[in-house]
Amino acid sequence: MPRDDGIGAAVRRKEDFRFVTGQGSYTDDLNRPGQTYAAFVRSPHAHATLNSVNTSTAATMDGVVAIFTGQDLLDTEVNGLPCGWQVHSKDGEPMVEPAHPALAQGKVRHVGDAVAVVIAETLGQARAAAEAVQVDYGELPGVGNMTAAKAGKAQVHEEAADNQCYDWELGDEAEIDAAMAKAAHVVELPLVNNRLIANPIEPRVAIGDYDTATGEHTLFTTSQNPHVIRLLMGAFVLGLPEHKLRVVAPDVGGGFGTKIFHYAEEAIVTWAAAKVRRPIKWTSDRSEAFMTDAHGRDHETIAKLGLDADGKFLALKVQTDANMGAYLSTFAPAVPTYLYATLLAGQYTTPLVYANVRAWFTNTVPVDAYRGAGRPEAAYVIERIVEEAARKIGMDPADLRTKNFVAPDAFPYQTPVALEYDSGNYAGTLEMAKQAINYDGFAARQAASKAAGKLRGIGFSAYIEACGIAPSAVVGSLGARAGLYEVANVRVHPTGSVTIHTGTHSHGQGHETTFAQVIAERLGVSIENVDVVHGDTNNIPFGMGTYGSRSLAVGGSALAKALDKVEAKAKKIAAHLMEASDTDVEFKDGQFTIAGTDKCVAFGDVALTAYVPHNFPHDELEPGLEEQAFYDPANFTFPAGCHIAEVEIDPDTGTVTLANFVAADDFGNIVNPMIVEGQVHGGIAQGVGQALLEGCVYDEEGQLVTGSYMDYAMPRADNLPNFTVDTQVTPCPHNPLGVKGCGEAGAIAAPAAVMNAVTGAMRAAGVTKPIDMPATPSKVWAALHAS
Amino acid sequence: MQSVSMTINGKHVSGEVEGRTLLVEFLREHQRLTGTHVGCDTSQCGACTIHMNGEAVKSCTMLTAQADGAEVSTIEGLANGDELHPMQEAFREHHGLQCGFCTPGMVMSATALAKRNSSPSEADVRHWLEGNLCRCTGYHNIVKAIMAGARAMNA
Repeated sequence: MPRDDGIGAAVRRKEDFRFVTGQGSYTDDLNRPGQTYAAFVRSPHAHATLNSVNTSTAATMDGVVAIFTGQDLLDTEVNGLPCGWQVHSKDGEPMVEPAHPALAQGKVRHVGDAVAVVIAETLGQARAAAEAVQVDYGELPGVGNMTAAKAGKAQVHEEAADNQCYDWELGDEAEIDAAMAKAAHVVELPLVNNRLIANPIEPRVAIGDYDTATGEHTLFTTSQNPHVIRLLMGAFVLGLPEHKLRVVAPDVGGGFGTKIFHYAEEAIVTWAAAKVRRPIKWTSDRSEAFMTDAHGRDHETIAKLGLDADGKFLALKVQTDANMGAYLSTFAPAVPTYLYATLLAGQYTTPLVYANVRAWFTNTVPVDAYRGAGRPEAAYVIERIVEEAARKIGMDPADLRTKNFVAPDAFPYQTPVALEYDSGNYAGTLEMAKQAINYDGFAARQAASKAAGKLRGIGFSAYIEACGIAPSAVVGSLGARAGLYEVANVRVHPTGSVTIHTGTHSHGQGHETTFAQVIAERLGVSIENVDVVHGDTNNIPFGMGTYGSRSLAVGGSALAKALDKVEAKAKKIAAHLMEASDTDVEFKDGQFTIAGTDKCVAFGDVALTAYVPHNFPHDELEPGLEEQAFYDPANFTFPAGCHIAEVEIDPDTGTVTLANFVAADDFGNIVNPMIVEGQVHGGIAQGVGQALLEGCVYDEEGQLVTGSYMDYAMPRADNLPNFTVDTQVTPCPHNPLGVKGCGEAGAIAAPAAVMNAVTGAMRAAGVTKPIDMPATPSKVWAALHAS
Repeated sequence: MQSVSMTINGKHVSGEVEGRTLLVEFLREHQRLTGTHVGCDTSQCGACTIHMNGEAVKSCTMLTAQADGAEVSTIEGLANGDELHPMQEAFREHHGLQCGFCTPGMVMSATALAKRNSSPSEADVRHWLEGNLCRCTGYHNIVKAIMAGARAMNA
């Protein structure tokens, strides 16, 4: 009998009681004794010189404790915010990497760029005084998009005369062009991957505190990776050693990537708290979030696919422009290069792939990783152009895909774009998805829609992603300035209960439950007797945090390795108690036994013996039962699957209704199927949001048009249907749990599925020119009525 | 400053507030009831939803003074000790939450729906949630939870 709280069980979440009763402890719920409040003075202009910042009136206002400007940071040698990844252009030159001051110095470069911070006794006083800071801006022309940046309508940074950050390539362009020239069919498609705003419902918060007695700085922050923030802020910005800098990320209300990065406000409150010798709290409001949280996507691409006469893919050539925004955020340069172009083989045997990616500075908020980060952009390019190719050569889109899939017996499979896929069965998930949506019945459903005056379309997306980020040596050779291993510590207490310390961070993913399930399975301890601790650099040895669907694949693997050590030591203790050799000891369901005898010791007795070592092998072992492991993955993991969307369009209004959405995913082994389904639902909703609703809009000069939930269309309950989700299991062969990761799949797969359905429905009405995301009613109606 | 008094979760409270103090501020900062959350500044997200005199309202969109003399209930008042309210239990059972930030507002909004409609359909629930945003769940499991919770509340 498998345990009802072990691996594979749909256990209800341990963390839910506190959340459903309003007892979560989010950063804004914390207050420190003697706390002050920070309000930032932010640029209303996209691009301007800072002629002067006059704080004299504001400084005299009620409750004001201190005001700091960019000059104060220069004077005290506070450095700019670092970028964690260096990309080299195809000519070998490093990317242009301009300074990113935490408070603007000399110039502001996007709406929301921070100019000064006011610290006051109350939030109201801080805000009032911030209003009274007089800034003399010299307005400059701005570039609000890549077209304007390329045309040189303004220069964002002195170092980048043409606004270009890098011009990078992967593959051999001449070889690709030669192959393309011989192709029987060549399909070309221009694509825009619309700019998005992650919008976790909890806005960012940062509280800085300084202990005058110990000299310890503490930052409480809404972060997905507190150790990474400690590393970046301590070593690069403030010059604080790790033992005097504590970073705490308590309950965090959603991240989706945008809470990975190190932000100016974190450094400012930490630095200023030591200056004013009082705690400082900053809470972003939603308007501030729209103009300071790193945005996502924003690619413009021209893709070309060459096929032979039978529909075999010969070559894929991709030219992409990627918007970096005004400054380089923590992982920004890696997103459109190593997290994007390396995925362009998709699930297919395409022998030649070439990508050229140019990154540009604009007068907009920095762009960085958002759920999927590079991989949704890659899946969108591949799956849109494959669908387009099927239409052009008159093949069924499922058949064209199947014809080109990497076969289940071809793994490990070396792609032409650097990655080696570990395992998979792509035809398996495609077939599952076809069955789930009743693909054979589509023609009849389309006819019924037509009879009702509607247009119906169906669209596939057979995506792949590289997760379990990442083998440190590999990413190091590609320009990453950090290692991407993970750490776990397993502390078995004297009475047999267990505390796990993990360097990953849960902000919705349910680690407190799934990590406990791994313990239950391995040690036979009920999940009620397991606590999972994360989010505090003083409690946890180290860690790189949660992003890139890495928590279970990398953090869970570290946990499994630590458990190996716990089990090995516990076996030795049990062997001593049973007067046997540890090689004869078996451990199952929480019991140590000797085969062929009735000798038996319970795990709890071994734990007690470890801490009350009266009868203990002291010559061989130390007392105690606590082990730690670092795990650096051997490879990425490669979750993959097939999502299918079916839409109905009302040609009179242009409204697209998502009639059905099915997902068949392969995440390897699954620890908690309930949580996995929830992750897929959430990802799909964000992907559908990108396809149909969401889009961050700047005007030509860089003024933010979509600055609130009134203007930026978040998916709401009545925009979405229920989803049908299912999984196939092809275990990951190179990590101990056989898991691949599930957090990003929906956001990666869904946009192409929905847009293939929308463009398919429109094509049936004679519209062959594809529209770009989001497929809003006005855009769809205009396209239908232009024809 | 202005004197206000009201009943919150069955307990009489009073205090002095500035005229501009929002009800959510009074709950979170003055009463330390931090289960009610703030997720936006345009009355869109619904994370601050509470009940005033039995109706679901957004506590970020009203002044504390407007609640003077009212019966207010928040997420903290729903469970009976360790025993969850049926709607809270339904959210837990159906995995209707991930990060938990929108959850208090969702649950308070859902219990108000259940009082009007003892067996809401999927469409009823999706329509009712127009004032509550969730970025984690895609709503699928929230809708399931509310349908089940409403039935449990009215059983």
